[in-house]
Amino acid sequence: MKPCAFEYYTPQSVEEAIELLDRYGDDAKIIAGGQSLVPMMNFRLARPEILIDINAIQELEYIKSDGDELAMGALTRERDIEQSPLIIEKWPLLSKAISFIGHSAIRNRGTLGGSLVHADPSAEIPTSLCALNGRVKVVGPSGERTLEPEEFFLTYLTTSLEPSDLLVEIRIPALPQKMGWSFRELSRRSGDFAIVAVAILLFTEKTGVCREARISMGGVAPTPVRAEEAETLLSGQKITEKLIAEAAQQAAEETDTEPDYHASAEYRMDMARVFVKRGLQEAWNMLNGGQ
Amino acid sequence: MTDSRRIMVKVNGVDYERLVEPRRLLVDFLRDDLELIGTHIGCEHGICGSCTVLFNGRVVRSCLMFAVQADGADIMTVEGLAEGQQLHPIQTAFQEKHGLQCGFCTPGMLMSAYEFLNENSNPSAEEVRKNMSGVLCRCTGYKQVVDSVMEAAEQMRNK
Repeated sequence: MKPCAFEYYTPQSVEEAIELLDRYGDDAKIIAGGQSLVPMMNFRLARPEILIDINAIQELEYIKSDGDELAMGALTRERDIEQSPLIIEKWPLLSKAISFIGHSAIRNRGTLGGSLVHADPSAEIPTSLCALNGRVKVVGPSGERTLEPEEFFLTYLTTSLEPSDLLVEIRIPALPQKMGWSFRELSRRSGDFAIVAVAILLFTEKTGVCREARISMGGVAPTPVRAEEAETLLSGQKITEKLIAEAAQQAAEETDTEPDYHASAEYRMDMARVFVKRGLQEAWNMLNGGQ
Repeated sequence: MTDSRRIMVKVNGVDYERLVEPRRLLVDFLRDDLELIGTHIGCEHGICGSCTVLFNGRVVRSCLMFAVQADGADIMTVEGLAEGQQLHPIQTAFQEKHGLQCGFCTPGMLMSAYEFLNENSNPSAEEVRKNMSGVLCRCTGYKQVVDSVMEAAEQMRNK
């Protein structure tokens, strides 16, 4: 099908975009990459009366590291993040996660901010953001604020953004040089939406004891979730195969799965266990200089 | 009814200036307004890959963009591959290795291979398979597609 008619605006700055949002409120929709919005418009599941195209706002497209933190503009294309030498070197989990999004034609156009505000709980960028302790900067008519993932993602396809807010920046703290990490997902075909996605980071002391474990799971709850109790099980312990299996079981119990067309709730839960286990093993092997 | 906008685009090296309604999809603009019907429309929601074109040097789904967004852009469609009667090596390889049967997905296959081989001139079959997975084909079973892209890579390296 073809989209309904809409009025089209092309603001040249963040201020101009917010002014338009403030004027049109719920009738308006922001378009950046459009890789989630345009399919919905083609099916007429979305019928915005006003489309505010932010692609001309070049100040929103950047990847930079100020101090140790990574800062990326909301309009940065997924493919640019995936291929950025800086990100591949220092935040490899993010590059790897993005490589699972659709196909190159989707990632060439799709944006970092677009994936976050779409808030699909199985999506790769939201799942990674939770593992990376990233934060998002939002600008609205009354100024700017910074949100943690748990303040930002409310439920399926819903964030805490107000109708006149614009997501402008994503910041990710530095990671230690020595770390183990993994990003894995289960999908029926390459490029499909994930049934389960898992992002893992492991940091250890010199003695081999786990200092911190982060386990973020996508597709198993209304928002991406951290398996906090499983993380607690691992931290301060010497990691063994047995402990990894226990932590994976615990992580599966921290899911809040629902059945859908692609998988039953039980299957999703069990796959969360399997993928957390494999992810922890991969991250642990990496720390031990292995495969 | 919303106001139409005047846009200027370069497609396959030719400049066009047209009035378009904002809701006009890029793929419909290419096919209906410019009569470049080499680009095909399949699923209209970014899954099948038939409508893949090069947009400022990178592949995009032309069913997931509006023509107004292409104002000032440089686009290449499947019609831009051959030089006169001289087929592009990717086209020759698809012909020789039977990389198509009905031909519906072929414009998407060729454009995806074009960007991919420009970035990676010596890919493994596995890399080809992963990259070409963005375009669905119901005829070939993909083996011939992979063979075609591998053959094209070799021909382009030896050129």
